[in-house]
Amino acid sequence: MSLEMFTQHLFNALALGALYGLIAIGYTMVYGILRLINFAHGDIFMLGAYLVFFTTIAFMPAWVAALLLGLTLLAFYSTFVGFGKKPPMWFWIPMAFSICMTGFYAFVAPMDFTPPWVLAAAFAIVVTSAIGITVDRVAYRPLRNAPRISALISAIGVSFFIESAAVVVFSGLPRPVRQPDILVQPIIFSLESITGNAESLVRVTPLAIIVPIISVVLILGLLWVIYRTKPGLAMRAISKDIETTRLMGVSVNKVIALTFGLGSALAAAAGIMWSLRYPQIFPYMGMMPGLKAFIAAVFGGIGSVQGAMIGGLMLGFMEIFIVAFFPELSGYRDAFAFILLIIILLWKPTGLMGEKLKEKI
Amino acid sequence: MLKIENLHVYYGGIHAVKGVSLSIPKGHIVTLIGANGAGKSSTVRTVAGLERGKGSILYKDKNILGRPTEEIVRNGIALSPEGRRILPHLSVEENLRLGAYIRNDKAGIAEDLEWVFSLFPRLKERAWQAGGTLSGGEQQMLAVGRAMMSRPELLMLDEPSLGLAPLLVKEIFSIITKIRSLGTTILLIEQNAFAALSIANYAYILETGSVVLEGSGQELLHNPQVKAAYLG
Repeated sequence: MSLEMFTQHLFNALALGALYGLIAIGYTMVYGILRLINFAHGDIFMLGAYLVFFTTIAFMPAWVAALLLGLTLLAFYSTFVGFGKKPPMWFWIPMAFSICMTGFYAFVAPMDFTPPWVLAAAFAIVVTSAIGITVDRVAYRPLRNAPRISALISAIGVSFFIESAAVVVFSGLPRPVRQPDILVQPIIFSLESITGNAESLVRVTPLAIIVPIISVVLILGLLWVIYRTKPGLAMRAISKDIETTRLMGVSVNKVIALTFGLGSALAAAAGIMWSLRYPQIFPYMGMMPGLKAFIAAVFGGIGSVQGAMIGGLMLGFMEIFIVAFFPELSGYRDAFAFILLIIILLWKPTGLMGEKLKEKI
Repeated sequence: MLKIENLHVYYGGIHAVKGVSLSIPKGHIVTLIGANGAGKSSTVRTVAGLERGKGSILYKDKNILGRPTEEIVRNGIALSPEGRRILPHLSVEENLRLGAYIRNDKAGIAEDLEWVFSLFPRLKERAWQAGGTLSGGEQQMLAVGRAMMSRPELLMLDEPSLGLAPLLVKEIFSIITKIRSLGTTILLIEQNAFAALSIANYAYILETGSVVLEGSGQELLHNPQVKAAYLG
């Protein structure tokens, strides 16, 4: 394989892997805390992509956007504050954002207004994270003390519900996504200095560079939350011992809701970037990436955020490079991930960075 | 400060606590003694909101039975649970900071952190070590220190001497009396009757879910029945 081809594939693999990693983090965080595989996570990813599509391309009426933001506000408020209590400081950041957006859509924006792309993405992420919190509240929280299998079945139910509702509301037709020009105008750079051949050019879209960068920034932000903030400390504590954490005065349900909110926000971000790279969206688009990200999470060691990112990247590289080196196998592309899953489960079920099961007493 | 009246706790069909009544005056150490399965832990766990029960638990004259744990902790009750329950993957300092979760006064937390470290210098040496790597005695110190980090008015300790060497038991108990002298009320659950009675102002003896005997610490220490059954 020529160097330019290799470089090209490298960028593709990096972007795909970063996206898998972003989705995998949502699985791994929820699993780490609740020992629950949130099957609806792939569908949350899909909703993120659709929300951006409807705000930018297919025009969403201002009142729908305002309504969604209002509901988001309500979900955040009732989850993290409860009615009649003083909200904590950090709570005002998303709140202020939602209020401004609601006002903007309801009063300032002209009827045919199409929001700038970045604003639409932010809107989609906030709304999607509220949807994630709502899913937890409605489908998982009532089953907190039930056998684990009940919550798992509930997760499968939620997944089918979201997919079917999406077919009804959005229609099942695949829709083309218009990619902003600046994101897809290829950058061409020459590898002449290495190969000595003036013909060796690599064409990379800005998107392929931006996707991994945004992913890394988001993950660093998440790690900061987990390792440097109080709710993060509570999250890590809950993952080991819910009861003791509760004894420290932690509102366990709020922390779990926050986990769902953060995981869903990352899934939405991934969904948006995915719809730009593979510019077609449909209600079942979350299934395959969701399953593969789940495999990435298992591969990296489910429960470990760093592991999910590494697992995602490795899965992305594997998919791209196996097809690149053995083009005749391209039809089996999706099978590789599942073969990997079987191998991992047989050989090292705790994954690359999974915790060992022994414990000192 | 705390008044438990006619408390019943059930686990499925098992009647673990059968009408226990006890009262804990402010500034005292009250101890609850009994064998395994006597209902001691169930009683404190119900006070902390971890179990459901019937009857009433009055804390500062308000019934807290059935309130969520986080609310009870915020009202000034802390429980250092049986078996210490240190979070093994968090560092010693993180365990302590988790204990101060309900507080937002940074300066006060830092102060209390230093205070716990001065109380247990060994924890300071291991501040960045994972909690799971500590020895049993160190974990117990951490558990007591962690419970104190919420600045409780009522501290409940569930078997702090469990599995510790006699010398460490002595150390823990001297710390407990020190905590009382600072104004914290203490409910102490123990199987080590001698040590507990020696420092307690008042004691209750529990057998199969009911209080069978009560009296001041010294009184029970010299009670022939208690001597025969618990002091050997």
